[in-house]
Amino acid sequence: MYWNQHYECMPREQLEKIQLERLKNIVERVYHEVPFYRRKLQEIGLEPTEIKTLEDLSKIPFTTKQDLRDNYPFGMFAASMSDVVRVHASSGTTGKLTVVGYTRSDLNTWSEVMARALTCGGTTKNSVVQIAYGYGLFTGGFGFHYGAERIGATVIPISGGNTKRQLMIMKDFGTTVLACTPSYAIHLAEVLESMGEDRAELKLQYGIFGAEPWSEGMRQELEKRLQISAVDIYGLSEVIGPGVACECQEKKGMHLFEDHFIPEIIDPLTGERLPYGEKGELVITTLSKEALPILRYRTRDITVLTKEPCACGRTHVRMHKVMGRTDDMLVIRGVNVFPSQVEAVILEAGGTEPHYLLIVDRKGSMDELEVQVEVSPEMFSDQVRGLEDLERKIRCQLESLLGLAAKVKLVEPHSLPRSEGKIQRVIDRRKI
Amino acid sequence: MIKQISLFLENKKGRLAHVCRVLGNEGINIRALSVADTTDFGVLRLIVNNPERAYEALKAHNFAVSMTDVLAMEVADTPGGLAGTLEKLDEAEINVEYMYAFLGTTSQGALVIIRVENPEKAVSVIRQAGINILEGEQVYSL
Repeated sequence: MYWNQHYECMPREQLEKIQLERLKNIVERVYHEVPFYRRKLQEIGLEPTEIKTLEDLSKIPFTTKQDLRDNYPFGMFAASMSDVVRVHASSGTTGKLTVVGYTRSDLNTWSEVMARALTCGGTTKNSVVQIAYGYGLFTGGFGFHYGAERIGATVIPISGGNTKRQLMIMKDFGTTVLACTPSYAIHLAEVLESMGEDRAELKLQYGIFGAEPWSEGMRQELEKRLQISAVDIYGLSEVIGPGVACECQEKKGMHLFEDHFIPEIIDPLTGERLPYGEKGELVITTLSKEALPILRYRTRDITVLTKEPCACGRTHVRMHKVMGRTDDMLVIRGVNVFPSQVEAVILEAGGTEPHYLLIVDRKGSMDELEVQVEVSPEMFSDQVRGLEDLERKIRCQLESLLGLAAKVKLVEPHSLPRSEGKIQRVIDRRKI
Repeated sequence: MIKQISLFLENKKGRLAHVCRVLGNEGINIRALSVADTTDFGVLRLIVNNPERAYEALKAHNFAVSMTDVLAMEVADTPGGLAGTLEKLDEAEINVEYMYAFLGTTSQGALVIIRVENPEKAVSVIRQAGINILEGEQVYSL
């Protein structure tokens, strides 16, 4: 089952011709429309006309999250604001948001790639799709929404949370496709079981899970407990949101929609491009985006690309499930968390350079974040109330900054592990 | 007015013993103590015979420690003794933030340690109410 067989199953020579054509256009366009790119290309003396083959892409410098931040909020946009019809944003490392924009044509592209992804996952026009990703500045909810509508499925835009209501609607509305984070899907399964509901009353058939890394083991668990076929979907707001790549029912890697995005794998230390089959950092260039075209964006996600043909007939390269990060970013319940964000919050609440530790664990089904903070003499007050206030202040600030509830625990000075004087910032106990 | 040592303790096995050992090794005698606790942590409050030395020793052992002014108040060691004293504090509109009992007694009766909002100001008011407040050295050496 394909959404767009012409493009998804296109012979690779033809696909690469389209890619080259679009790459030339996009480099030409950002050179003229985005001062940031013009400066970058002029620094290395590269004219857009010198991009003659797909291999020439590797001459172009990388773009990083820092670049987006430096050009906050709209400095990287290549379209005028009158043509930008939507912005989305994700929380950045220091409290500043990473902002992305869409023209009407970009929303159309997004709908197209999400329609392909959802079709990969088993969605048809007869499906009832329950979208339990957050709607809002986060790209998850809207991306799935557009794709499902494009297909002509029945969309339930329920957004995240309120598990019992999710299950009631799933049963009463006859949901066939569930879209959410894998950890939330496990939570739904658990609550379903604890309520003693009969699975036979649900019409659920497919799950499309993403926004956080998950393992084959978790797939088996989800498929068994919810009695569905579960696929992994990949995306990031800087590139378009969800819909960059998605597994087909073969479940052997995510097809990356190469007529819209060029993937590369690089050595994260040297920046050298690595051949197919080698593990490294995924770098993506957008080919059709108007508002925020991005050249060689460093995703910080570690994966492997394969060009081998897939049994499903799609010709686009497949990326392995994300295997890790090249920075210290954590993904907790679909939320990106950088230790530096937490540090800034504690510094503000406690008035002193904090020693802290983030412990991420999967308790039952849900990811939990515990923030342990060493009580410094500056923070310590003789009053229990003062300490409780400090805990509460940190917890509330974290929740408003990250949109994520964390447990805050005050611990004694010098009780957190240190190696060579340097404190360890993160312990991730999740088995994913 | 006397000096009280306060320190932050996690609710974890062996922490209280560790504090007491540190003080013991310094030759410091604990005269009174109280623990205010929540689920995850507690605040230990101590009256010792040598507050400065205790403070430095605990600091050197990396505890989050502070020194607070509290009052040592003499009360009659009879039924209703404490009630009578507290009623006098109420009448003087002095609010007790926390209070705990002292281990030893004076010749006049029992001792309780109280923390009030403004100890300097409270001393004279409490004395006017007819309650005896002991000075630091009188308490540390008990």
